[in-house]
Amino acid sequence: MQVALMIPCYVDLFYPEVGVATLELLEKLKVDVVYPFDQTCCGQPMANSGCYEEAQATEELFIKNFSAFDHIVTPSGSCTHHLRHKFTAAPDSPERRKISASVYDLVEFLHDVLQVGEFPGTEFKHKVALRTSCSAIRGIGLASMSERVHDPKFSKPKQLLERVPGIEFVDFERPDECCGFGGSFSVTEEAVAAQMGYDKVEFMRKAGADYIVSSDMSCLMHLQGCSSRLGTDLKVLHIAQILNGVTQ
Amino acid sequence: MSVVDQAENAAEFISDRTHEQHLDQLLWMLRTRRDEAASRVQEWEQLRDLASQIKEHTLSNLAHYLEMFESRAKANGVTVHWAQDAHEHNQIVYQLLSDRKADELIKSKSMLTEECDTRRFLEERGIRVTETDLGERIQQLDDQPPSHIVGPAWHKTTQDIANVFAKAYGSDKEKADPVYLAHVMRENTRPLIERARVGMTGANFAVAETGAIVTVTNEGNADLSGNVPELRICSVGLEKMIPRNEDLAVFIRLLTRSATGNSITQYTSHFRAPRQNGEMHIILVDNGRSSRLGMEKFWPSLKCIRCAACMNTCPVYRRSGGLSYGSTYMGPIGIIMMPTFDIRRYSELPFSSTLNGSCTNVCPVKINIHEQIYAWREVMEKKHQINLVKKSAMIVAGKVLSNPTLYRMAGDTMEASLKVLPRFAIYNQLNAWGRHRDIPQPAKETFHDWYKKHRSQATGQETNP
Repeated sequence: MQVALMIPCYVDLFYPEVGVATLELLEKLKVDVVYPFDQTCCGQPMANSGCYEEAQATEELFIKNFSAFDHIVTPSGSCTHHLRHKFTAAPDSPERRKISASVYDLVEFLHDVLQVGEFPGTEFKHKVALRTSCSAIRGIGLASMSERVHDPKFSKPKQLLERVPGIEFVDFERPDECCGFGGSFSVTEEAVAAQMGYDKVEFMRKAGADYIVSSDMSCLMHLQGCSSRLGTDLKVLHIAQILNGVTQ
Repeated sequence: MSVVDQAENAAEFISDRTHEQHLDQLLWMLRTRRDEAASRVQEWEQLRDLASQIKEHTLSNLAHYLEMFESRAKANGVTVHWAQDAHEHNQIVYQLLSDRKADELIKSKSMLTEECDTRRFLEERGIRVTETDLGERIQQLDDQPPSHIVGPAWHKTTQDIANVFAKAYGSDKEKADPVYLAHVMRENTRPLIERARVGMTGANFAVAETGAIVTVTNEGNADLSGNVPELRICSVGLEKMIPRNEDLAVFIRLLTRSATGNSITQYTSHFRAPRQNGEMHIILVDNGRSSRLGMEKFWPSLKCIRCAACMNTCPVYRRSGGLSYGSTYMGPIGIIMMPTFDIRRYSELPFSSTLNGSCTNVCPVKINIHEQIYAWREVMEKKHQINLVKKSAMIVAGKVLSNPTLYRMAGDTMEASLKVLPRFAIYNQLNAWGRHRDIPQPAKETFHDWYKKHRSQATGQETNP
């Protein structure tokens, strides 16, 4: 199966190792991965700020880079949510619609499309606080949400991670309360954003976690900044890194 | 009026950890209790669907139900007034008082009268207004607007309330005890209620088929304010209409469970007719509602039944305090309602959200709150209501992110500058990220460069090095 790999801009610049882990993991699973070379971003930063006009050219570039593919995979629930549900700055076209229909978050792709049963050679002997992003939970349904009390409980990222020997999950308070990143919110409303992040880190620390793991690096970028400022020794890892065999 | 800077107000609230933690924990407890209450009702999601449909039906046929309500209320012996805006509403209330030479008014909690700034209007004309809801009274005595639509003073600690009462009533400041404080309140307001000639309430629902208004309260003060005086005035927003008594059952089951996790309040009262030898006046208030009903994207906020579940669950509201929004309605529902009152003043509110979507999923009438917050951002941008710093940042971002060459260059520059700048240049007042968080370190090599080195020879993809 051929897949186009979309690397979110902040992963490209700050966390290339997450991009590498995603690529290597897909390659191990015998996926034919193409990395469209001129890619930049999905347009979410501008669209989320209401600036559709400013997002248009970026979305058009995205369409140019990706519309030839039937499967687009990205290690981000947030970018997936944008591309699937909010990708409307460029004029409507069959190509634009195809993007929205073809994009998968990495976890969705592994869980729903490839239905991966095991991750050979992986081991992670640490206590993990699993933080699934709000876009991943409420935007694309990667896990059940606490608000819908009668829905069956599930978590696709957890189901994948449970196949990694040695991993131990800790239960922390308010698991699906927003961590405070929220894109430009993290800068324009930094005091509230940071307090939300501090609270999240504190709940995880109290629960005995060694690592914060997420399928969204943007939440982790924020939580890492908060954790390091608080002086806690919680480390962050993207789910792709663990599924690709990182041990610490 | 100037633009409300919610972020700055929130930063001030948060700098006092005692109040921030108090509010966050109190409201999170209510959210938890809401979850427990909802899980005990098997048909919870069906009720939400039904409530949403009933509201949508009523709003789609609003003129019909308003006229039905008016004629039934008149048949019950009630006088019905129509007010187009806040001023007309306040004028009607004042006229009713001055016609009877009344200079005192007792009232129960009503967000509509907050919206209309009725208390100030009347006080300026020599009417003494006393709030009889405990939280509302605390806020009145402290000269603050409500910070929450269900618990107006929930941002205050018991000690704060003891201080307010000590100053206003001379009670014991050292006794920060809820029972004692409730008694102080009762001793001071009960005599006013007993001698009052005019009382005023809002309404939770107005039932078209009976012409009755329904209030849902815990303290019983709406009943006292409505029943003791000989003249009762009820202010009712147009959107409070529901068709039948039968429909009420759906909303009553949802309202208190969503608000506080209680299955029902102490009092659910139907007021249909004036008491013996008394008068009852209902004022049906538009104040922007009919024009909001005509807004293709933003009419659904008219479905709101004011339970405040969206505020209790909102991680931003809980840490910002309700007063930070500088508005009558606050939190997620406030963000989507307030711009319909004043687009300039509330232009920044839609950005006071992480768009996490929790509000939408607790809303008992299924208002797509976070989708509307997102949509309001686009409106603010189109109407040139977003601030210039943000706008210019987005213009630059849009240019860079749509051009692979510029994007690669910007990445290199950022890496280079963060490497050479001393720490104090990165962590300063101009860098909002760095104020409370450490900055992620740009990687030595972007993924793009790594790929070029390790993979592109095999695929020969490079088009734009």
